[in-house]
Amino acid sequence: MNSEKTSPPAPDGAWSPRIVAFFCNWCTYTAADLAGVSRLKYAPNARVIRLMCSGRVDPQFVLDAFARGADGVLIGGCHPGDCHYAEGNFKMLRRFQLLKRLLRDMGIEEPRLRLEWISAAEGEKVKAVINDMTARLKSLGPLGLPRQFAEWDSEVVKLTETIQEQETKEAEVTHAS
Amino acid sequence: MPAKPKVAFYWCASCGGCEEAVVDLAEDILGVVEVLDIAFWPVAMDFKKADVKALPDQALVATLLNGAIRTSEQEEMAHLLRRKSQYLIAYGACAHLGGIPSLANQFSREQLLRYVYEETPTIANEAKTRPLPSSQSNGNRVTLPEFREVVRALDQVVEVDYYVPGCPPTPKLTKAAVVALLEGKLPPKGSVLAPDIALCDQCPRKATKPVDVSFTEFKRPHLTALDPEKCLLAQGVVCMGPATRGGCEAVCPAANMPCTGCFGPTSRVRDQGAKILSSLCANVAAKDEAGIVKVLDGIPDPVGTFYRYGLAKSLLRRKADVAAAEKMPAS
Repeated sequence: MNSEKTSPPAPDGAWSPRIVAFFCNWCTYTAADLAGVSRLKYAPNARVIRLMCSGRVDPQFVLDAFARGADGVLIGGCHPGDCHYAEGNFKMLRRFQLLKRLLRDMGIEEPRLRLEWISAAEGEKVKAVINDMTARLKSLGPLGLPRQFAEWDSEVVKLTETIQEQETKEAEVTHAS
Repeated sequence: MPAKPKVAFYWCASCGGCEEAVVDLAEDILGVVEVLDIAFWPVAMDFKKADVKALPDQALVATLLNGAIRTSEQEEMAHLLRRKSQYLIAYGACAHLGGIPSLANQFSREQLLRYVYEETPTIANEAKTRPLPSSQSNGNRVTLPEFREVVRALDQVVEVDYYVPGCPPTPKLTKAAVVALLEGKLPPKGSVLAPDIALCDQCPRKATKPVDVSFTEFKRPHLTALDPEKCLLAQGVVCMGPATRGGCEAVCPAANMPCTGCFGPTSRVRDQGAKILSSLCANVAAKDEAGIVKVLDGIPDPVGTFYRYGLAKSLLRRKADVAAAEKMPAS
C-alpha cells in the first residue's frame, strides 16, 4: 500500500497508464508474440501475464490488480467457439458481464476493464487494442487505489500515533512516581 | 484458589446480536462464569473505561470484541483492550469482516450524514443541525467521537489474534473458542476458529447438488416457493455456500433459506464476493452476450449480495470515487 506501486511516470515525466493484461496461451498470447516478431510498434503500457485460458482469470486477479495500482485490466481470449478447452472463454464472458457491473457499483469506470477475443493470427489486433485502451485510460486519468487506501487510512494512523504518544507519556509518569 | 482468568466483552458498530449470542450460551454461561471472571461487559455489567485503564497491561486473558469500527471512540477502545489483553478476538462478522455496517463503504461520510440528518423522509430538522465532534453548550464544551470516513474490520485498526465468525457466531463455536482459550489449545495466530471448508460440505442438501449447475435464471428467495430438500443452487437461487466457510451447521439452508455468506471465505480465498461471482457466472447456461446479461439481471445488486458481510475486507474495500458520488443522493 505505498505510493511507489502507483503508475510510474513516463520518460517525459507525464503520468502514463499501467495496464495488467491477462492473455490466454493459445490465442492472444501467441498473437502478442506475433506482434513482437512482426516488429509492430505499440504502447508499452501493458504488462502481459500468460494464463492457459481466459477461463482461468479468477475475478480476484482483476480486483487485486486494481487494488495494487493498475489503471486498467485487459483480458484476451480465443474467439467464441475456438477455445482450446471448448468452454473457457464463455466462462470468462459470463464473469466479465457481472464483474463490469460490480466494478461500476464500486466506482471503477467501465473502460478500465476490457475483454477482447484475439486469435493467434491477429497480431495487428493486439496492437490496436492496447493502443486504444492506453489512449482511453490516458483521457480517464489514474485510478490510484493504493494512494486512496493510504488516504483513507490516514485517519486511523493519526489516532494510533496519538495513543502511542500518550502511552509513552503515561509510562514515563509511572516510572517517575 | 488462584484468581480466575479475566475476560472482557466489548461492542463497537454492531446490532447487539453478538451480545445475544453470548447470552445464547444459556445455562452453559454459568459454567463460563465459574471458570472466568468477566472484568468488563458494558451491555450487561457496570464497569467503566477507567476500570479497564486501571488494569495492568495483558491482565485480561482475552477480549471478545464484536462490531465494526466506525468512530474514533471505537478505535480508542480497540487500542485500549488490545493493550490489556493477551488475546484479542474479533467476535462475529462485523469485527471479522466489517459486517453489514461496512456496506456503508459504498457511500461517503458526507452522503451518509446528509441523508440521516437531513433527507430521511421521517426526519424534521429544518435548521439542518448535525452532531459535531466539539460544541459549546451553556458555557461547557461538549465533545463527541469522530465519525470516520470508512467502516473497518477490527484487524484494520489493531492486531487481532483470532476470529470467531458468524452473524452471530453460534453458541457451539463460542463455547469451543472459550474452551480452546482456557486449555491453551489454540491454532496458529490469525486463524478463524471454525472449520476451513466450504459450507456445502456440511449442507444437508449436499447430495442433491448437481455436478453441473446450470442457471437459466436467478430467482429471488422471497418470490419463490423453495423445495426444502433440493440444493438451492439447483433451484436457481443465489446461495453463498460454495464461497463461504462452514461451521454454522448450515442453519440457513436447514431453515429453507439460502446462505448469505456471514462466515466469510475459507483461508484459501482472499475475496469472497469475487469468488462467488466467479462460480455463479461460470455456470450460467447462456453463451451469447444478450442471453448472459438477461440471466445475470436476476442479481440486481452484486455488491450487496456478494459482500453483504465483508465489504470492508474485500480487495476494493470501498467505492473508489466517493468524492464524485457525493453529489448524488444516498438513497
